[in-house]
Amino acid sequence: MIYREAGQFKTSYGADQAIFPIAQDRVFIAAVLIVAFVVVPLVANDYWINAILIPFLVYALAAIGLNILTGYAGQLSLGTGGFMAVGAYASYKLTTGFPELNIIVVFVLSGGFAAAVGVFFGLPSLRIKGFYLAVATLASQFFLIWLFNRVAWFYNYNPSGTIDAPPREMFGVLITGALATPEVKYLTALSMLVLFAVLVKNLVRGRIGRAWMAIRDMDIAAEIIGIRPLQTKLLAFAVSSFVCGIAGAELFMLHFGSVETIAFDINLSFLVLFMIIIGGLGSVMGSILGAAFIVLMPILLTNLFVGVFGMQAVDAKHAEIMVFGGLIIFFLIVEPHGLARLWQIAKEKLRLWPFPH
Amino acid sequence: MTTAPAAVAATAVGAPAEAPKSIGDTILEVENITLSFGGVTALVEVSFEIREHEILAIIGPNGAGKSSMLNVINGFYHPQQGQITYKGKTRSRMRPHDAAAQGIARTFQNIALFRGMSTLDNIMTGRLLKMKRNLLWQALYVGPAKREELEHRAFAERIIDFLEIQAIRKTPVGRLPYGLQKRVELGRALAAEPDLLLLDEPMAGMNVEEKEDMCRFVLDVNDEFGTTIALIEHDMGVVMDISDRVIVLDYGRKIADGPPDVVRADQIVIDAYLGVPHEE
Amino acid sequence: MGFLNDMLVAPFLDIASEPIFFIEVVVGGLSAGVMYSLVALGFVLIFKASGVFNFAQGVLALFAALTLVGIMEWGVPIPIALMMTAGVMVALAFAIERLVLRPLVNQEHIILFMSTIGLAFFLEGLGDTLWGSNVKRLDIGIPDSPFEVGGVLMNEFELVAAATAASLVAVLAVFFHYTRIGRALRAVADDHQAALSVGIPLKTIWIIVWSVAGIVALVAGIMWGSKSGVQFSLSLIALKALPVLILGGFTSVPGAIVGGLIIGVGEKIAEIYWGPALGGAIEGWFAYMLALVFLVFRPQGLFGERIIERV
Repeated sequence: MIYREAGQFKTSYGADQAIFPIAQDRVFIAAVLIVAFVVVPLVANDYWINAILIPFLVYALAAIGLNILTGYAGQLSLGTGGFMAVGAYASYKLTTGFPELNIIVVFVLSGGFAAAVGVFFGLPSLRIKGFYLAVATLASQFFLIWLFNRVAWFYNYNPSGTIDAPPREMFGVLITGALATPEVKYLTALSMLVLFAVLVKNLVRGRIGRAWMAIRDMDIAAEIIGIRPLQTKLLAFAVSSFVCGIAGAELFMLHFGSVETIAFDINLSFLVLFMIIIGGLGSVMGSILGAAFIVLMPILLTNLFVGVFGMQAVDAKHAEIMVFGGLIIFFLIVEPHGLARLWQIAKEKLRLWPFPH
Repeated sequence: MTTAPAAVAATAVGAPAEAPKSIGDTILEVENITLSFGGVTALVEVSFEIREHEILAIIGPNGAGKSSMLNVINGFYHPQQGQITYKGKTRSRMRPHDAAAQGIARTFQNIALFRGMSTLDNIMTGRLLKMKRNLLWQALYVGPAKREELEHRAFAERIIDFLEIQAIRKTPVGRLPYGLQKRVELGRALAAEPDLLLLDEPMAGMNVEEKEDMCRFVLDVNDEFGTTIALIEHDMGVVMDISDRVIVLDYGRKIADGPPDVVRADQIVIDAYLGVPHEE
Repeated sequence: MGFLNDMLVAPFLDIASEPIFFIEVVVGGLSAGVMYSLVALGFVLIFKASGVFNFAQGVLALFAALTLVGIMEWGVPIPIALMMTAGVMVALAFAIERLVLRPLVNQEHIILFMSTIGLAFFLEGLGDTLWGSNVKRLDIGIPDSPFEVGGVLMNEFELVAAATAASLVAVLAVFFHYTRIGRALRAVADDHQAALSVGIPLKTIWIIVWSVAGIVALVAGIMWGSKSGVQFSLSLIALKALPVLILGGFTSVPGAIVGGLIIGVGEKIAEIYWGPALGGAIEGWFAYMLALVFLVFRPQGLFGERIIERV
């Protein structure tokens, strides 16, 4: 009843191609944005912001990045952690080496470095497909982590091996470093997420997105209708790594503040992959939903197992891993297209409510 | 019927509608093409030409090498021997991207649509070569990028009207019945505004009504846009009805080449189809 | 200049100047390679017979080893413990077929692959929950004493491992090529639906394959566990098996062996002779880089079938 489209006619192709063609969707998203930008910073406490919201926003960005490569372009990648590390270490070297550099420029350049590395490790993708490519991305993952461990220049010869985010300001407000407030960091991460979500969604509904999906669905046919496979795949690697690099820089600067390579190891790659599997491959909305799910689920589970069932923390951790694995399988069976598809189905049901069909 | 074809003709890029069809010069010529892979020799010294604006049918028993021939023209298979001359330029092998950029489009025997995308998106992929706006504009989706997108959307919609598939434009093609998928695939090929259209068994698996529709579309395309068409087809009725010229392949060799009635009466062709044993 | 020397000259001089040591390194590499091959073998079986890339193979080995140790700790004699563990792996195969494979029949391979990732996590958590996550010793009486052959130091254990692998390969090769079930397995790998339509019982085939792979995983787990203790890092071996498969081809049993040996030897040699110049610990990524380079030149691996795409 509420969610009817009846009466909403599109009189131009432009209106039909909008990101949110249905008016109710637009209202809903506007409400969400208002709550996110205005209500949350006023209401939420520091623990929630630091431990839940900021990681969620950063992981959501990384998930969008990986979804470009794996969900839209169909190139399975297990190297997300490595590319995020490139972004993080690049941002560290840039802020420490060029203290006068504007933080926005730092982010963009960090993304650029990650994009370059991504393109390099994406070169084999012309000859290699599917699982084989996943192995190639594993090579990049292990090699990059080794590199950042072994070559002391990357962490400025710091004996502890960690890198610390120096304080920086954006538009006159301190956003990194020990003195930056959680609310500011939250708003920075939120703005970046919204910005990139829009940019990527635009890319993906235009010719570049179609080229990626064509390569994913049937690359032979794509080549025959004139799509150049290598360029298209490399572009996917570049854009994906760019976004993941920025997410990595955010993870370092806005979330952890001080980080070692172990934060970017193979487990991170798997984590982000799970986010897009559960959230929905080939969907920007799905990346965000999946990130929310993966960030919130362990907290819920820990509260459940330790708080309600009274398990030891160690056992709870094991149980969590089991539930994780089980959920992946469950989602793949029930809805391979993830939360995004479930969301769509819910909306379709809403269209008819309260009628059954 | 529908006024769509006329409307399409009015905005067509290319040849205007002509009453009597005039067949032009050779647009594609293959000479001495020999192709083998994995121990199988698919084509043996095949030579023929396709003339502009004509409808050429390639027929022959199963396994004769017809699809392989189209794949060679597309650049998907590379022949061991022989050369291809297209629009005056001679090459020993085509590259798929070149073929597409030079105006060759095709449909496939087993349907090669992009299953994850809708009908509209699939047809829009046919427009890809004509879309030029770079990455940055695409990300912003304003101004030139948006105009370009909408322009091509309008063209795709004209094709959708022409093929009468408006109702399924947003349906993911994986869910469509076979006959409709074939139509969408034709739409994708047409979206590229090809000079040479290669159709691999476009009527396969269709009932009489669907075949009539497809024939109508093929003839309309040839009529309105002057598109040269080469099609592989098994239905002799269709072949006799719509083609200007017929080529017959058997065991990888060309065994006949001429107007439909002549080929139909040719004893060698009859033997090949009836399976009269012949020495290798 | 010094770096170039370290990379291009010094290693070869080192090799030439101490040939005995080099042979020992190679032998060490071979024995590590045999271990990799055992894990890769399980992969190949499942992939060959069902087209599923079983990411959980390493965890299966870990789980099998954990179960064995756990049962032995109850005081059960070794032979019976072995049989019980084998039984557990078969039961596990039943469960996997019922709960994971059957609901996902005819999904794309990437979905099945991702479900095996989920399976890996699930089994890891289950193993930890049931048996605890501390390192365990596994001792089923495999001889472990060193001996010398022509000046080269070797270990009885390595011989046992090699012999085990060889016999496994022989048994499996016979199984695939000469039995009815083997043929059915190959049909299933090609096309699930087609196999179903000629009456091949998919369900049974999958249970058989996963059981066999489970037993292979048990063997691998025993070998690895006896050598370095039963611990989580065993499941990371699964990742190492991927470069092995790339070298050997995903569908070839001899390829898994050869690939494993090449990776094992290659890694060791690279680490000992080139490692110091690069800062050490290159074993972490060398195998993958090697596989990557290999892939670029020969995508189907040494023994895999050339994929001819038809449109």
